[in-house]
Amino acid sequence: MTRFLLRRIAHAVFLLFGVSVLAFFFTTFAPGNYFDDMRLNPQISAERLTALRADYQLDRPMVVRYLRWARSVLHGDLGLSFAYNTAVGPLLWTRARNTLLLTGTATVLTWMLALPLGVWSAEKLGRPADVALSWATAVLLIIPDLTLALGLLVLAVRSGWLPTGGLVSVGFGGFSAAHRVRDVAWHMVLPVTVLVASALPVLLRHVRAAVAEALEAPFLRAAEGHGISRGRLLYRYVLPAAAHPLIALFGFSLGTLLSASLLVEVVMSWPGLGPFLLEAILARDLYVVIGGVLLSTLFLVAGNFVADLLLFWVDPRIRAEASRR
Amino acid sequence: MEPIIRVEDLVKRHTRRGLWSRVADFTAVNSISFSILPGTTLALVGESGSGKSSLALCLAGLERVASGRIWFEGRDLAALGEKELREVRPRIQLVFQDPANSLNPRWTVEEIVAEPLLVQNRVSRREGDARAAQALERVGLAAEYLDRRARDLSGGQRQRVAIARALILEPKLLILDEVLSALDCSIQAQIANLLVEMQRAYGLAYLFITHDLRMAAHLADEIAVMSEGKIVEQGAAKILQGLRRSEMRSLVGASPLKPETLGEVSQR
Amino acid sequence: MRQILEVRDLRVAYGQRDGGVWHALNTVSFAVAAGEILAVLGESGSGKSTLAASLLRLLPGNGRITRGEILLKGADVVRMSAVQLRQVRGSGVAIVFQEPSLALHPTIRIGMQICEVLRAHGGLNKRERSVRARDILAKVFLNDAERIFSSYPHELSGGQQQRALIAQAIACKPALIVADEPTASLDSSTQREILTLFLSLRDELGIAFVFITHNPALLSGFADRVLVLYAGKVAEVGPTHAVLSSPQHPYTQALLRCLPQVDGGGAVRRNALLPVIGGAAPSLAVLSRGCVFEPRCEDRMEICQIRDPAAAMLANRHEVACLKFPA
Repeated sequence: MTRFLLRRIAHAVFLLFGVSVLAFFFTTFAPGNYFDDMRLNPQISAERLTALRADYQLDRPMVVRYLRWARSVLHGDLGLSFAYNTAVGPLLWTRARNTLLLTGTATVLTWMLALPLGVWSAEKLGRPADVALSWATAVLLIIPDLTLALGLLVLAVRSGWLPTGGLVSVGFGGFSAAHRVRDVAWHMVLPVTVLVASALPVLLRHVRAAVAEALEAPFLRAAEGHGISRGRLLYRYVLPAAAHPLIALFGFSLGTLLSASLLVEVVMSWPGLGPFLLEAILARDLYVVIGGVLLSTLFLVAGNFVADLLLFWVDPRIRAEASRR
Repeated sequence: MEPIIRVEDLVKRHTRRGLWSRVADFTAVNSISFSILPGTTLALVGESGSGKSSLALCLAGLERVASGRIWFEGRDLAALGEKELREVRPRIQLVFQDPANSLNPRWTVEEIVAEPLLVQNRVSRREGDARAAQALERVGLAAEYLDRRARDLSGGQRQRVAIARALILEPKLLILDEVLSALDCSIQAQIANLLVEMQRAYGLAYLFITHDLRMAAHLADEIAVMSEGKIVEQGAAKILQGLRRSEMRSLVGASPLKPETLGEVSQR
Repeated sequence: MRQILEVRDLRVAYGQRDGGVWHALNTVSFAVAAGEILAVLGESGSGKSTLAASLLRLLPGNGRITRGEILLKGADVVRMSAVQLRQVRGSGVAIVFQEPSLALHPTIRIGMQICEVLRAHGGLNKRERSVRARDILAKVFLNDAERIFSSYPHELSGGQQQRALIAQAIACKPALIVADEPTASLDSSTQREILTLFLSLRDELGIAFVFITHNPALLSGFADRVLVLYAGKVAEVGPTHAVLSSPQHPYTQALLRCLPQVDGGGAVRRNALLPVIGGAAPSLAVLSRGCVFEPRCEDRMEICQIRDPAAAMLANRHEVACLKFPA
């Protein structure tokens, strides 16, 4: 088993390394750099620009810069942001925390809705209730996130019930602790709704399919023949059998915690990682971009890894297979 | 007469890891020798795990042999080059036990039976279909079956299709690996009759692998009893009468209390 | 002798997608005494698996018991409520399916699967269940019980998996076990072991068996009585020796003739063609008016097309449904 895990960890490290190289490569060779905008400013002379560039070592060859960067990353330093003139790490982390607040809540809600609904519709497969639910999810699936987000924003503006963007209201600093929590929660309603609405249909269908397949299995009929109650069957027999594809999806959910909400954050002005990275890309803030990409990849890899671990723990056949290799 | 196939000291090993990650070498076939005369049937009887199926796969060229020789029509298969092997292989065909798994359920019967011809690149599609129709006729299926899909056929019908597919390349040796075991009694009788007819009509040699002693005795000219990778008894069918009680008992799929004769069911 | 099971006039039909009906069982009646082994002999399409499933009302969604009674120790299974049914399953009558590798849950340990059955039929706490499960396993797997307790199904051989299923079946001490082709996927020596196990369970625990199979060679020396099923109807039923050595129904006779014959010296008539049953199994979409075997019967008479034969009692609890024998 440990050999299996070590292999996965080695894969992950290799992946991160590869991604960092590619990210470095692309951002370096994308036309332009941070200081180009400044050329438009007549107050800054050309020599000053060259000096600045030398200061930030942008004139060195890419390989050298990469190696320096890699070395500093291994020491925990992700580099310097040109725009903010502070370390990349803390900058990213503040924003990432906001994103995680959003996506974490959305993910939990999505799963809490999808599991019981999926089980219920698998039991009622083909019957009117299930068909109606299928139609509803199909409609949700068709509506693009963007449309949904904008639509909800319009609703918010017109009705004045909900805030139209941002994380906190004006005057947040002076709120009491309880008021602060309520304020943030209130701001979260719209973006979380959009995220859940876009993720739920897919997950629901997968749960339904996995459970429906498990319900057809011969061992279920055999267990029923032994007089085991329906409820116990569901909990002890059906769900574990349906777990496989669901665990993979769960890993995917975890993996996309940082990246799934980019669009929503931009549209709803949520101060998360998404808009921040976007801004950095446009400004060619090199180390911020690379740091962001790396952080996303880290989550993706971790998500997959967790899925593998869970699968390993849940299914003895995988354990047997793994120990055989 | 020259035997159509002669096997000498054949050994087949499986490398396998145990549950504790130790590599174990499992000898499935442990130095087997036998030969089959053209137009006759050798029944290979044994329990599951005795190595019968591994042997079948080796003879059909689907598995590598660890050591030993196979002579087919007088030629040493190991000594043949790629091109010559491709010529010889079609003359040994294999029919499996479970027709549900060996026929592609979504293909039509015509496609299934014609496939070996097309794969061997010998004929055009049209001629392939014509030959498929002929092959079907030989196994007793009407032309209307050509367009049926394999998944819509019964067990007996599928087995006939599998045999038709095996016969289309006009083999000289047919390896039948438990082809009757999954079928009902009356269907077993039908397919057994078909095999006898085919043998008489085309001079086919059969290696009939089974754990059903009764059917083996019925169909075979010679019987070899296999156990744990070795042949423990070999000879004409009536050797079954001389087999030790315990071996008979384990081979006859009959009741636990009266294994003395093969004919407990009916004394007619 | 008390009858553990009495099936009276059982009719089962499957609804087809195109609206048609498939009559799987058509007025099947028989009885099983306590501790008796009744073999149900039938080929594919005879309705044997349907019979097994109906005894516990485990038919798939489109199957329905349309008429008849299934009396288990006097109580009618067909008319039971869902709660009563759940109690009867496993503790009154248990079923052992074919394909043991599929009938066990792949990710639950064998011991736990037995505990689940015990849990469903109340009374014991967790520790007691665990002890009892071990006892049951010891009864079925003479040595090795401890290892099997903590094994997963995929770690066991086919024969061991089947024993595990049997252990589940006897867990709550049912009076009757229905075994649907339990040995079909096993090789012959394992088959023999399972049959021996059934016999010992009958002798020690007094369990009656309804043993469903398509292989007549398994029956002699094992089953007490044999019921021959053809196209959803009972063709013949009687003591094993009587049915196998002097079958009266034309179908039974033809079926047994299909097996390669053995002469007195133990040799088999080689390479002769076996007599087969002409024609094919009938479609059950329509209930035939006369005898259902008539189109393939060698002894058919004109009246066989018009009248459906009722069971005629011959000597010695041997019944046959054929118009050659007036009821």
